Amino acid sequence: MNTTIRSYFPILDQEINGHPLVYLDSAATSQKPIQVIEALEKYYKFNNANVHRGVHTLGNRATDDYEGAREKVRKFINAASTQEVIFTRGTTTSINTIASGYGRQNIVEGDEIVITYMEHHSNIIPWQQLAKEKGAVLKYIDLEPDGTISLDTVRKVVTPKTKIVSVMMVSNVLGTINPVKEIAKIAHGNGAIMVVDGAQGVPHMKVDVQDLDCDFLAFSGHKMCGPTGIGVLYGKKAILENMEPVEFGGEMIDFVGLYESTWKELPWKFEGGTPIIAGAVGLGAAIDFLNEIGLDTIAAHEHQMARYAMDQMSTIDGLTIYGPKDEMKRCGLVTFNLDDVHPHDVATVLDMNGIAVRAGHHCAQPLMKWLEATATARASFYMYNSEEDIDALVKGLRVAKEYFNDVF
Amino acid sequence: MSFNNLDQLYRSVIMDHYKNPRNKGEIEDGALTVDMNNPTCGDRIHLTLQVEDGIVKDAKFDGEGCSISMSSASMMTQLIKDKKVEEALELADIFSKMMLGEDFDDEKYDLGDVEALQGVAKFPARIKCATLAWKAMEKGVKEGE
Repeated sequence: MNTTIRSYFPILDQEINGHPLVYLDSAATSQKPIQVIEALEKYYKFNNANVHRGVHTLGNRATDDYEGAREKVRKFINAASTQEVIFTRGTTTSINTIASGYGRQNIVEGDEIVITYMEHHSNIIPWQQLAKEKGAVLKYIDLEPDGTISLDTVRKVVTPKTKIVSVMMVSNVLGTINPVKEIAKIAHGNGAIMVVDGAQGVPHMKVDVQDLDCDFLAFSGHKMCGPTGIGVLYGKKAILENMEPVEFGGEMIDFVGLYESTWKELPWKFEGGTPIIAGAVGLGAAIDFLNEIGLDTIAAHEHQMARYAMDQMSTIDGLTIYGPKDEMKRCGLVTFNLDDVHPHDVATVLDMNGIAVRAGHHCAQPLMKWLEATATARASFYMYNSEEDIDALVKGLRVAKEYFNDVF
Repeated sequence: MSFNNLDQLYRSVIMDHYKNPRNKGEIEDGALTVDMNNPTCGDRIHLTLQVEDGIVKDAKFDGEGCSISMSSASMMTQLIKDKKVEEALELADIFSKMMLGEDFDDEKYDLGDVEALQGVAKFPARIKCATLAWKAMEKGVKEGE
């Protein structure tokens, strides 16, 4: 499937340090297909105006584009209504909005907030801050030795005192696909709401918020072929209706008096200021693109890539792979370390061979502690990657090993 | 591929400092202590400096990081030992210029092994690795004043 798909991504057709680019950092940000780039260009060339206020034609076009993108998102995650789809700057802003909106209004001293050891900093710190402010207790779900979550552990940690459970759909380090639907049932059984961090999930597999029965879902456009600066906060209507906005100003008001104001209806009461119009248009084009390829096709391709990568990388002596070994339990990324060679050094050697990987703590310091690693390297795949890319990675890793073994 | 490009970054003297770090450890009593990390990559340095009468009498480091950050710390401790505080700060300034690829006075001091790090300037992503120890030293002596 990849030669055609690859040809949609102009950025991939270049040389880096004298080698063809092998982009294996899609978990950080995905590349953008020409369809998305052209949608942005078309918007700025022909339709740009502010939304929801223009009597003029461009204003109407921009509003149609922006609200049309909202409908595309609604359908993509199967939300019941576009009132449940709020555009944000990204996953981080979405989770912060939940913590400072729903959290501040509903959490009191002694309440529990439950997350896991594998969370990204964006799904840790908003809850730490909320817990500190309210005197609430932040609790962590421990992981199984293979980097998965056991529902038995979840049942022990989540109690009737728990008010919020927030878990990532897919780990950006371990690749683990978490049982968020089952965790949501446990949360609800204890009277808590369920927040799902979908940053690494929504781009890679079919997500149905009604089937998951989550109360909130947060994700970013730039990891799913869309532009940076646009993300989504999905929330159940009943919850959003009772939730106060966290940003105030233009666009989000109904009536403004000298001392009191009222808010617009959903979803606009959460979209203060001129919204991210071009970003939403780009995200809409990205969703069209993903639908055209098919989320099931993408997911199957990534399982296959994960299997192939783990098999090929395991042939290198001294290479450690983190996370579950069963490719069906993980998404298309492999986090690893090579002997005692520091991941930065590994990444520099790979870069000299045209191969882009991530090295560091991946915004998941608690998880690094759990893995007993100060840093790791990560290769992550998307629909445009092929087995040849993984072959290049393995070759590059052998170069790194040889180079550093010479000196050690 | 050839190793030429890599050799610009990883000179043998760097690898020697990484493998056999000088002044690794901690000065136990009465030393200035600085802990610094590079939050984007997780490198950490724990630097202890013994300053008497405006002179860096001893410098030791501990930490975790890549070959560039750890070898740079090792070389720095070697270079600043027995230097006056203002000389150490001047060296930090020279090092910073070297990393940014700017002109610097290469006559005034014998930079010793530190010169081997010049190639890092060509690898923008790695400059922060090399400057971590120097930033820690600057912070330490300034706080000690």
